[in-house]
Amino acid sequence: MLKAKFYQSLTRYCAHLICLLPFVFLCAAAWNNQLGANPVEMLHTTLGEWALRFLCLTLTITPLRKFLKINGIHSYRRMLGLYAFFYASMHLLVFIALDVNFSWTFFLEEFKEGPFIIFGIVTYLILLPLTATSTLSMQRKMGRRWKALHKLIYLAAITAILHYFLLVKSDLLKPVIYAAYIILLFSFRLQMRIIKNRQPV
Amino acid sequence: MLIKNKTPISSNEVTDLQVFNNRRKIIKAAGSLPLLALYPYNSILADSNKYQNIPTGPYSQNLATTPAEAVKNYTNYYEFTTNKTDSTKLAQALKTSPWQVKIEGEAEKTGLYNLEDILQANPLEERIYRFRCVEAWSMVVPWIGFPLQKMLSKFKPNSRAKYVEFTTLYQPETMIGQRSSVLQWPYVEGLRIDEAMHPLAFMATGMYGEEMPKQNGAPLRLVIPWKYGFKSIKAIVKIRFSETMPQTSWNISAPNEYGFYANVNPNVSHPRWSQSRERVLGGGIFTPKRKTEIFNGYGEHVAHLYNNMNLKRYF
Ligand code: HEM
Repeated sequence: MLKAKFYQSLTRYCAHLICLLPFVFLCAAAWNNQLGANPVEMLHTTLGEWALRFLCLTLTITPLRKFLKINGIHSYRRMLGLYAFFYASMHLLVFIALDVNFSWTFFLEEFKEGPFIIFGIVTYLILLPLTATSTLSMQRKMGRRWKALHKLIYLAAITAILHYFLLVKSDLLKPVIYAAYIILLFSFRLQMRIIKNRQPV
Repeated sequence: MLIKNKTPISSNEVTDLQVFNNRRKIIKAAGSLPLLALYPYNSILADSNKYQNIPTGPYSQNLATTPAEAVKNYTNYYEFTTNKTDSTKLAQALKTSPWQVKIEGEAEKTGLYNLEDILQANPLEERIYRFRCVEAWSMVVPWIGFPLQKMLSKFKPNSRAKYVEFTTLYQPETMIGQRSSVLQWPYVEGLRIDEAMHPLAFMATGMYGEEMPKQNGAPLRLVIPWKYGFKSIKAIVKIRFSETMPQTSWNISAPNEYGFYANVNPNVSHPRWSQSRERVLGGGIFTPKRKTEIFNGYGEHVAHLYNNMNLKRYF
């Protein structure tokens, strides 16, 4: 029993380490001046893309569990969701600190001229309450409402992908791949619901 | 998080790079000592000399240049890839010699010209210009080449030549980006004849004291410093003088976003992002963006070309 618990926490530590790897690599590259010709853009886009990847991973857990019957991964859903928030926060921080240099005027200018930014902000505003209510006690306290609220993560994935779509110049390949993946996950959900409804009560 | 800041690099480092590269060539040649007798080393020396001790041309600005490594590893070259770093490696597949340029349309001396002959007829000069991309980044590059006007007037355009159209090589076997349809191929750009004949307009065959790297548009590329970078077409194989405005690639792709004129203008935003500031490459992480200037700072020379034009409409 104790041994099982030990392994459980060991795998959790490993999972944390893996989730932090992209961030560590990015910091190391920044330290060594290896971010290429446009370091701010590299930091900014890499963090944004990892935020989106973690969102997609978070949404993958439930279908994995239900379809492939992999048990014990459920508890990782929260961890992945929190990392999505972490990378999104770093992405936002780079924007505020290094792109608009804490200037409200510059921020408004970028915001006014760049419709894609609104979708970034909307995504972040969705992730905020999800993060705030992510604890187990909150989950217990909120009950059914918690479930309803956390369905918003799908919306966050959609607005994040719109954010991406609106900023690329002509090569839509990457946002299309993310969109296709989200549609795939959606169709899994739908299928699960249909199967559930068919079951005799 | 502590991030090391790059020290700003001044223009005298450009010279260091030349020295470095020459030294490297000599060391390489020395390494193959047994072959040395067979090696036409005169030609290496001639080759590297061709781009050194180049006189500074008029309009060249006394600005600190962007580190060459940044300029060589950050290029929009959709003929190979939409990734600005991968293009460096992929572009090496291009064979830039022999190279011919076809001159067509409203001119007396049309036909197929060898690049060597064009080079022979146009002495090289260096021009340090600002280069501003529509993606809101910029750099300062010491280009080597000749005024476009000098090159074009040799073909004797006639009075019907109102525009000049430039076309990039179409070769999907080596230019693998042309296998996907991110843009209509081959890439086409164009200028009004008075823009093309403006003394600032430049045709470049080299930069930083070297022959033009393939990823930067070898062997022949346009440099129009007061316009967004996509006007400065790379690997040119055709120049056509025409009476009508050419259909240009980015304009075909998104007419509401990329106009024919594409003059740098901080007051006219791209429909999806602001053009009022630019990230200057080669700065450190904490270097703030620079304010973009109208006509990229070349207004005193070129603003008169657009005297009675509404720049918001003709963007
Ligand atoms: C909170 C407000 C946000 C702002 C102001 C913002 C701003 C930006 C900006 C300015 C870019 C363009 C970067 C460039 O091309 O140089 C960008 C790219 C991106 N952002 Fe955001 N963003 C926000 C939130 C988010 C969130 C929450 C996500 C994902 C969950 C996200 C994902 C992305 C992605 C995937 C890219 C594209 C990266 C690439 O080009 O490879 N952003 N964002």
